[in-house]
Amino acid sequence: MAGVKTDQDVITYRAAVAEGIAREMRRDPSVVCLGEDIGGAGGVFKTTAGLFEEFGPGRIWDTPISEQAIVGAAMGAAMTGVRPVAEIMFSDFLACCWDYLANEIPKVRYMTGGQVTVPLVIRTANGGGLGFGAQHSQAVENWALTIPGLKIAAPATPADVIGLMASAIRSDDPVVFFEHKGLFASKGPLPPDDHVVELGKAAVVREGTDVTLVALASTVHTALAAADTLADDGVSAEVVDLRCLIPMDLTTVLASVGKTSRLVTVEENPHQAGWGATLVSVVVDEGFELLDAPVRRVASANVPLPFADALEDEVIPTADKVVAAVRSVVNY
Amino acid sequence: MSDTAELLDLYERMAVIRRTEKAAYDMFLAGLVKGTTHLASGHEAIAVGASAALHPDDYVFATYRGHHHAMARGATPEACLAELMQKSTGLCKAKGGSMHLTHAPGNMLGSYAIVGAHLPMAVGAAWSARLRGTDQVAVAFFGDGATNIGAFHEALNLAAIWKLPVVFICENNLYMEYTPIGAVTAADRPAADRAPAYRMPADVIDGNDVVVVREAVAAAAARARAGDGPTMIEAETYRHYGHSRTDPATYRPAEEVERWLKHDPIDVARARLEALGVEPDQITGVDERAAATVAAAVAGAKAAPGADVAEAFTDVWADGGAAWRV
Repeated sequence: MAGVKTDQDVITYRAAVAEGIAREMRRDPSVVCLGEDIGGAGGVFKTTAGLFEEFGPGRIWDTPISEQAIVGAAMGAAMTGVRPVAEIMFSDFLACCWDYLANEIPKVRYMTGGQVTVPLVIRTANGGGLGFGAQHSQAVENWALTIPGLKIAAPATPADVIGLMASAIRSDDPVVFFEHKGLFASKGPLPPDDHVVELGKAAVVREGTDVTLVALASTVHTALAAADTLADDGVSAEVVDLRCLIPMDLTTVLASVGKTSRLVTVEENPHQAGWGATLVSVVVDEGFELLDAPVRRVASANVPLPFADALEDEVIPTADKVVAAVRSVVNY
Repeated sequence: MSDTAELLDLYERMAVIRRTEKAAYDMFLAGLVKGTTHLASGHEAIAVGASAALHPDDYVFATYRGHHHAMARGATPEACLAELMQKSTGLCKAKGGSMHLTHAPGNMLGSYAIVGAHLPMAVGAAWSARLRGTDQVAVAFFGDGATNIGAFHEALNLAAIWKLPVVFICENNLYMEYTPIGAVTAADRPAADRAPAYRMPADVIDGNDVVVVREAVAAAAARARAGDGPTMIEAETYRHYGHSRTDPATYRPAEEVERWLKHDPIDVARARLEALGVEPDQITGVDERAAATVAAAVAGAKAAPGADVAEAFTDVWADGGAAWRV
């Protein structure tokens, strides 16, 4: 039936992770994966399912629970002609190997005067909404944003998982790739084989005229849901999916604010030092005259993530909170 | 090359390193070297002996006390001193400094100043060699203090389970910064006693005898190339200076210092040369050449232009730039 998509045209966010990696492994024999339970087990989130069967133990390496060794070895391999894709199971665990993200990987090219290059990807399952409690639920994309020298991608859709994975693995720079746990079961169109999404290119995923909502990963869906509600009130919200924190596509954001004159960020990371703070600081500096209202940031509350669903909802951005923030700026 | 000719060459390499470190020390006092330095005087035999045993394409990872490793892998004394003096001709364009000397053309892939961080990197370089099907070996040099940090243990375990071609070389100079290593370590040999727990063979050697070091590293590298996995070498040695430039090292007993200074690696090599029948005049000639090499390096580094301010905004990304936004 024309116009009706078959199952083959659709892929889950979860399967898109493995698909994105597999596409790059097929085209480049120097791409290898390492991490905990990523081999025969297919990953605790099944995001590497099928890779071991296709590429074997020579390219898919199960590691001990040794985050420093995983990321440190990935760095040593990346400096010597391999393109490793390292998995850190939960983004909370990045703290166990933070030296490599804060001191080693982002600095080595600079402090050696450009003598070495570190083409690696660190993938990690990020974010809340699944009731995993305070040590397995944080949205920590802002941790990476504090470090000059890391590129940061955080896709919101299966197609972007595949397209950004292609760019991340092909990049000669280190990329931290945040996969959102709450999106793994979501579905979307399977992109064609040559699908690549450039790092640092935001997407306007819904056009509007009254307010710009800038979002990332899970909050893109939160923002879209809020935009639907707002449309019923006659408020036209434009939703920008930032896709990457570094490079940060402020050109697209400023162009959108130029059109809408109002800005609300929707962030899952905590309000304190969240990515919206950096984004907003540029907008109010370079785009002050574009604005007709105060800028609002809807971010997670400044508390650890609680366990109970009802408590988690209190802390994490919801569509209702976004709607309330937008109403306040529209009525300003 | 005959034994004598090779040993003379190793002697000269050590003599150049010793004099370069002395020049760094003197220029620090004169205000020409900034920041800090962690001098390797006393450790020369470990770097020079190991390099003599390695292939040119083997990988070397070092610590913030790493001047000797950079020079042993081919960095010139002038480029090293220029880096310490914040000159644009420095090894890292004056962006690294004393603690981060790196000489990628010699596969000396960095000096790292977070203790123990580079051990997993060396494991990764060895893994890379395996993946690419080369016979390269990766060497991690580290201090005794690094044996108590987690990355050390994670690296040993991963290297062992994957049977990777890594040589771990502990430069045990008896002090973790200012504290005797024995006072903070629940093992008599901080590196060698830990290795068996990871099913890894370990050697404790005289790190001040360049020939002993060369032979131990050659055996470990051969083992690695044969696919038999990693080896731990604990090389006993001693710092001639304090931990860093602000440390007079008064915590070390005078008797201990005196004993170790009598076991100076350069004197040990000289005694070996004399035992091989090399005339003292010939050794003096090598010393003079080393002195001239370092004098020229000092002059060259002093004459070089200062850091190029434009370099503050290069080399963050592989495209050479530093742009964080679009």
